[in-house]
Amino acid sequence: MRQIVLLKDIPDLTEIKLDSQTRAPIIEGVKRRISEVDKRALEAAIRLKEKVGGEVVALSLGDDKTKTALLEALAMGADAVYIVNEPELKGLDTNATSKVLEAAVKHAGDYDLIIAGEMTLDSLSSQIGPRLAQLLDIPQITYVKELNVADGKVRAVRDLEDVDEVVEAALPAVVSVVREINEPRIPNLMSIMRAKRKPQTVWGAGDIGLDASEVKSQSYVQITSVSAPKVERKQIRIEGESVEEAASKLVEALMQEGVI
Amino acid sequence: MSFLVFSEDRELAFQLLGKARELADKMGSEVAALAAGSDPMEYVSQGADKVYTVSGLGGFNVEPYGAAVVEAVKAANPSTVFMGATKRGKELAPRVASSLGVGCMNDCSGVELEEGKIVVERLTYGGSTVAKETSTSTPTVISFPPRCFEKLEPVERTGEVVELELDLPEPRVKVVESREKPKSTADLESASIIVSAGRGFKAKEDLRLLEEIAEILDAQIGCTRPISADLGWMDQWVGISGKKVKPSLYVACGVSGTIQHVAGIRDSQIIVSINSDERASIHGISDYSLVGDIYEVLPALTKALRERA
Repeated sequence: MRQIVLLKDIPDLTEIKLDSQTRAPIIEGVKRRISEVDKRALEAAIRLKEKVGGEVVALSLGDDKTKTALLEALAMGADAVYIVNEPELKGLDTNATSKVLEAAVKHAGDYDLIIAGEMTLDSLSSQIGPRLAQLLDIPQITYVKELNVADGKVRAVRDLEDVDEVVEAALPAVVSVVREINEPRIPNLMSIMRAKRKPQTVWGAGDIGLDASEVKSQSYVQITSVSAPKVERKQIRIEGESVEEAASKLVEALMQEGVI
Repeated sequence: MSFLVFSEDRELAFQLLGKARELADKMGSEVAALAAGSDPMEYVSQGADKVYTVSGLGGFNVEPYGAAVVEAVKAANPSTVFMGATKRGKELAPRVASSLGVGCMNDCSGVELEEGKIVVERLTYGGSTVAKETSTSTPTVISFPPRCFEKLEPVERTGEVVELELDLPEPRVKVVESREKPKSTADLESASIIVSAGRGFKAKEDLRLLEEIAEILDAQIGCTRPISADLGWMDQWVGISGKKVKPSLYVACGVSGTIQHVAGIRDSQIIVSINSDERASIHGISDYSLVGDIYEVLPALTKALRERA
């Protein structure tokens, strides 16, 4: 079985600081990592491979830094990495991004499963899995928290609001996973050393049969500003001679607020 | 600028209709809706000028529902499609947008008209920031979660009902089984008081400290991601990938305050933090902070709550 895992390297969210004037996030210089839910998509693919055999390849639309960030994928157990790196294809919206990934998937060879995270944590758009399933015209299975493959079929448990839905579909299919699916492995030193010898292929737009300006013209959504909402909280510190006194003061304050 | 509204969740569809109606009235334009197997005239009384119906849709499955929405878009020819951002809606909206080859802004928290253009707000960077976004495609698909907008008071209006005759695709993903989730999962999002546990709790048994307070206040109990996902002490957590809550009182106990957790509690009216680490970031985003060991503070708080006048 051959699996393609979609990965995105994003700024480490715990390292992002805010500009004190504009409250815009400072992304420049922040170390990039594979987005947390994507990493769990990769872990799910590796666990399936350990069960049924085959190959796991990672695919990413990125830039010059992506190679370094994706070494972690190879260390975790991906067999190869494909990166689309095209200066003209930066800052695309989800419509255009899904078209690039469609072309890259078709170029990456046969596949039985395409696995992605339900969302990347930078844009939180939850769009790439469904869009890719639509473009490739194969089954779309989202919010997966348990994943199995047997007899040419994928069987999954989907985590919805009201129910856990057990579903089945023929391969190939697109699966997007939720965070709860697994806890990704932490590669050991040996795997990290070995990762550097695994193949990383970089494609430009032309290599996967795309005209960059044509794709760019299909990028419609623009971000006009990004900033952290100002937190208007009272920030009152409750103190007391004793814990009991502080607790009573807190209860008093909450009664005055009318919330208890 | 005209609108088409769809959500498989009726209440949410009505909330979206309320907002679409308001914007359409400002622009002097029309609102259409696709009704999912329920009385189409109710959509008219909630603000739609035209209602499309499709027979044979059945329970939610993304392929036939996607096809139905795409056909409704082709029939109504709107400039903006409002969809509900339930989990089902969030996988439906990009699928519809992809079929149409257009832009989509998923899971937005607000929308405004700025110089005649639709501008939405969405959380980004794990929920720590808000992005303003706009789209140049016609149509553009925009989705909103429940309770972003209020539905209108139903009024007597006239509207047209159009039945779409469609050849719906057979879904390729078969639902084998649907397992009901425990009720508590739903309660958290509508709770008016939530007390929540973070890594400050050293053992599962210690959660009884919180349970006592929850009982006195008739509150729901929530937790942070590690308590649920890593330790498995509770079913669901509060945060950007868990439940987004909006209680009148949120009491965070032994919670550090990661941006993912904070994004899930931002809409709380009053936030209280109890944490022994005075530099814990939860203290910086709370209304009342108490620096202290939860193992001492919570019993004292229980006592004070029992004794309150």
